[in-house]
This record gives sequence, structure tokens and C-alpha cells, in this order.
Amino acid sequence: MNIIVCIKQVPDTTNVRIDPETNTLVRSGVQSIVNPFDMYAIEEAVRLKERFGGTVTVVTMGPPQAEEALREAISLGADEAVLVSDRAFAGSDTWATSYTLSKTIQKIGKFDIIICGKQAIDGDTAQVGPGIAAFLDIPQIAFVKKIEDIYKGQEGQGNIHIKAERMTEEGYDIVESPLPCLITVVKEINEPRLASLKGKMRAKKIEIKKLEAKDLDADPDSLGLKGSPTKVVKIFTPPPRKGGQILEGEAKDICDKLVELLKNEII
Amino acid sequence: MVHGTNCKVREIKRSKMSIKIINEKCVGCKLCVKSCPFGAIEVVNKKAAIDLHKCTLCGACIESCKFDAIILAKLSPTDIQFPKKFDEYKDVWVFCEQKKSVVQSVAYELLGKGRELADTLGVELCGVLLGENVREEAQKIVHRGADKVYLVDSLALKHYQDEPYSKVLIKLINEYKPEIVLCGASSIGRSLISRVAIGVHAGLTADCTGLDIDKKEKLLLQTRPAFGGNIMATIICPNHRPQMSTVRHKVMKEADENKHRKGKIIEKGYDPQTYFSRTRLLDIVEEIEETVNLTEANVIVSGGRGMQSPENFTLIEGLARAIGGAVGASRAAVDSGWKTYSHQVGQTGKTVCPKIYIACGISGQIQHLVGMQSSEIIVAINKDPHAPIFSVATYGIVGDLFEVLPELTRRFKEILKR
Repeated sequence: MNIIVCIKQVPDTTNVRIDPETNTLVRSGVQSIVNPFDMYAIEEAVRLKERFGGTVTVVTMGPPQAEEALREAISLGADEAVLVSDRAFAGSDTWATSYTLSKTIQKIGKFDIIICGKQAIDGDTAQVGPGIAAFLDIPQIAFVKKIEDIYKGQEGQGNIHIKAERMTEEGYDIVESPLPCLITVVKEINEPRLASLKGKMRAKKIEIKKLEAKDLDADPDSLGLKGSPTKVVKIFTPPPRKGGQILEGEAKDICDKLVELLKNEII
Repeated sequence: MVHGTNCKVREIKRSKMSIKIINEKCVGCKLCVKSCPFGAIEVVNKKAAIDLHKCTLCGACIESCKFDAIILAKLSPTDIQFPKKFDEYKDVWVFCEQKKSVVQSVAYELLGKGRELADTLGVELCGVLLGENVREEAQKIVHRGADKVYLVDSLALKHYQDEPYSKVLIKLINEYKPEIVLCGASSIGRSLISRVAIGVHAGLTADCTGLDIDKKEKLLLQTRPAFGGNIMATIICPNHRPQMSTVRHKVMKEADENKHRKGKIIEKGYDPQTYFSRTRLLDIVEEIEETVNLTEANVIVSGGRGMQSPENFTLIEGLARAIGGAVGASRAAVDSGWKTYSHQVGQTGKTVCPKIYIACGISGQIQHLVGMQSSEIIVAINKDPHAPIFSVATYGIVGDLFEVLPELTRRFKEILKR
């Protein structure tokens, strides 16, 4: 089984602080990490490989330093890594990103399943996974919390199918799709392993395949800022939420006060 | 806009139909159909035909054609003229998500906002409803302010599935050309609309919390949080139509109902191919737990590491029941196995904005705060006076939650008589 995992390098928001003077994000000294949801995607891909055989190719679009994220994925069990990096991609919105990644995947060639994290923690859009599926015209299952099985389809259909649980607001749907298909995964799907020593060694040595815009058979007008339908016109920091009143005293008195304060809101 | 040039070129090229199929050379092999990233080519009567509305002139088909049957004429810069006007695109659309043939409340919130936007632009507000046996629901959409409802009623659309829903919505958009399409940022909405935006080559802004109109340019101003709400961005989509947004639940006010309102219901039907889905929905499982759905809840009582054990969550559940709220949990509580992931609030869980959020034994790491800090009232109960949760709390209680929670539950039960 050929598995492709799309990942993104994001700032580690654990260390993001707000400068109280200027009210802006302090980005200096903030480390980059693999988007947390993508860690589950990598783990799930490696698990599928362990069950069904095949290769895991991890792909990222980003600046040259995004190579670190790919090496981390290799240390966790991915086999191959592709970095698609070019100044022409700068400023891509989700449309242009989905387009570029779909072109990259077509370049990589045959695949059975594409796995993405449900969303990236810096943009929180959850649009790129389904966007890639739309460009490649393959089915998608978003917000997967469990892959139940992968098997030969029903009678008369030799195709391989995947059966997965898709999270909903009320619970989950059980959805079956023929391969190739794209899934996006949520945290519940697995518990990512730690990198093995062997994996770390491999990650150091592996040669990462690098692609640029010219390698992609892509329409140059559909890349980067130029190819992005959405444009950011303003960025501002909302006034931070202020702490309010601290209620003090005995538990009983505090509860009296709180019930008084909240009862109109609840009824 | 500075970056509009590319689109101008593209529109002009399109109007001059500079891509062509040479019918004499075309053998109907369908290689170009597969190569087209935009689904713009179909083979009709054994000849390829390009849908120029979808075509972006990317040239992928030209490379794929083994018979040199497709030509793309290059333009000189003098061919560049004024950008295309979007006059043919009008109206504000709201995709009205239904489950079990009932329109979800987020749709009514969007109809409220959509009405304002449509009135500002002087256009009509239209609902779009896909489902089975939902004709009465279509009427309710009119009662909530829509001038028109586009209704597609078919067994194939009874439950949400990505492909039939996206294909139907793409066809409706291509036929009626709305200038704005709004959709709830639910799990269905986010999966569906991402696919549709690619299909109609439109810009899409996720999870908006503010929508407004730039009256001069008649552009939709879409404001959304990024970096977990630490910064806000306003986004426009100047050169593509429709302008599409998903909107966060419980941010906009629901439209009032007026049963005397009249509106037009336009029912559409499509061929089986449009309704066809490669994925199959095998089962819908509702996890019936003690409380209501987190994202819908007006009140959420949430527990963290300070709860100390899964058994102690009964205190949280007790209070939630007493005040008719949902139960949430911090990542620490979920990772310890005290609550299932569907209860997790925060960066890797759910983003919620109830009227009241009661955080019990939650210290308030930034990853938790980004998931709940837009709640109207935040109550924090924690024994550590320095816990960061107090910096966002409307009402803070520094104390022992094992004393406070039972007392609070008792008091609320008394007052609410539950």
C-alpha cells in the first residue's frame, strides 16, 4: 500500500506569548514543530504500513527549514520524504496550497491513501485535506477517529475499501470508501510513538527529495499569493480578555454569590 | 488589488475562448478528462468538451493529449483589459445543514446575518436545503428571513455525504451564481464547503466570527481568529465569485421566526450521476452520554487535572445536570482517560463559545484557553491563586472544588427546582 502523509511545520504555540506592551504575538524564540494533528497522521500511516505493507511518503510544502519536520516524520517510521519549496509558493491560501500539494502528489505518482491531520494549529481551517481530495477527484473522509478495516470490496468489486469512523457533533458515522481516498484524522485515532534510535539515525542520513514550482506541471498563475483567491487585508490583535472578580469567603457564601450572579443567565 | 492582474488575464483569455479542442484530431480517449484538475472536461459524443466556466487554462490537458487535439492560444500583454465585472453574481446564500430532516440552528444564525448582508447589498437572501422529506423545513427557512429557498429533495441526500452534496451545491452555484455563500463551520460544513470551493474556484475563509460588507467595493469582509484567537484577520476575496465563508456556531444571533413571511421555493432535481457517491454511509452512531452536544451547549461545566480521578467527574456531571449544561474536559483529563476525547475542549479538541463556561480544576494552559476564551462568562474554580485560568475568568473562585461543587449543585437545584 502506498501511503502519502501531508504535514505542516507550525510554530509551537505552547511558547507563543503575547507582548503585554504591544499586544502582539512574540514570535522570536518560538520553536517550530510538526503540526500536532499531523503526528497522528504519521502514526496512522506507519501503523497501516505495519499491517498491510507498503511505503509511507511524507510531503510538506514550506520554506527550506520545513525539512526538519520531514526528518522528524522519518524518525517516526516514514520511508520517504518530499519537500516542495519555492518562493513562488509564498502567500498561498488554502486554495493554492491544496492545488500545489495535489500537483506534488501527482508528481510522486501512485498512491492508495492520503492522510492529513484534521487541521493545522496555526490556521485552523481544516480546508486543505478536502481541497486536495477535490483537486485529485478522489473521495474523502474528514475527521476520522478510527480506521476500522481495509479490505477487498463487496462481491463483484475487487477494489480495496477502507471503513472508517468519522467524528460528528453527536457521535460518529461509519463510512466506507474505495481506495484511493483521502482521510483527515483527529487526535483520538491513536497515540503516536516516540522516535526509535534506528529511526533517528535514518532521519539524519536520508536524502530528502526536493521539488520546486517548475517541477510540478502546475499553472504558475495558480501558485502562491497570485493563485490565492483570498487576500488578508487587516490583521489585528483583539483586546485580551481581562480577568474579572475574585469571589472570596467560605464555600457557602461564594456559592450564594455565584448563584445570584449566574441565575439570570441560566434560566 | 495589486494581485488582481493574474485574474484579469485569465478572464480575458476565457472570454476569447483561447482554449480549443480540434474535433478532427480528438479521438475521445478521455486522457484529458483525467488530467484536468478542475473537472472542466467531459467527453460528449466521443469528443472532448471544455466547460469554460471551470477551466483555468492551466494547460494540464494539453500535456496529456497524445493527439495534439487541444490548443491554447498565447496572448500578448495588449490583450489585457479591465477586470471582469461580477454583475451576473448576486444574492446571498446560506447552506442550511439538516440532520434527520431538521434544519440545524447554525443555519438560522446564518440567515440572521445573511439578511443583514443581503439588505446592505440590496439583493435577495436565499437558503439552500439538501435532504429527503424536507419540504416543510424549506418553509421554515422562509419564516427565518429567506426570500428564496433552493430545495433538492432526494433519498440520495437524506444523510450528508461529501460527493453528492458537493456536486449538487456546485451545480446550483454554477447555475444561479450567488455572490456570497455562507455555511456553518460544523464537521459537515467544513468537509463539504472545502470541496465545493475548489470545484467552483472560489476563495473560502474558514471559521469566521465576523462578517460585514465593504459598501464601496461591495466586498464581503470576513473576520476570523488565527493562532487560536490571539490574532484576528480580516480577509477579502476580490477576484473570484462566490465569496465563501464558514461561520462559527453560536457567534451570530438566530434570525427571528415570522410565520407570515412569504418566499419562493425552487425545487431542483438532478440525474443519478450527480447523486452518486463513491463513499457509502454504513451507520450513524450517536454517543448517548449524560449531556448535550458541546458545541450546541449554552452552559459547559469542564473538569481538568484538579479533578484527581475519573470518579470525581460525577461532581462535574451533577452540576451540569442541575443547570442543563454539557460536560467538558481539559486535555490533561482526557489524556488520563477520565473522559473521552469527544469532551475535550481546547486546541486539539473542540472550540466552544457557550454563554457560561465553568472551569473546575483547570489551570488554563494557552491550549485550553484558545478553545474557550470566547465564552461570554467564564467561571474558574481552582485552588491555585496563580493559575492562568484566573486571568480570563469573569468570576474566579480560589478554593477547594470538592467543597464548592457540591454546594453549587445543591444551590442551583434548589433555585431551578430540578
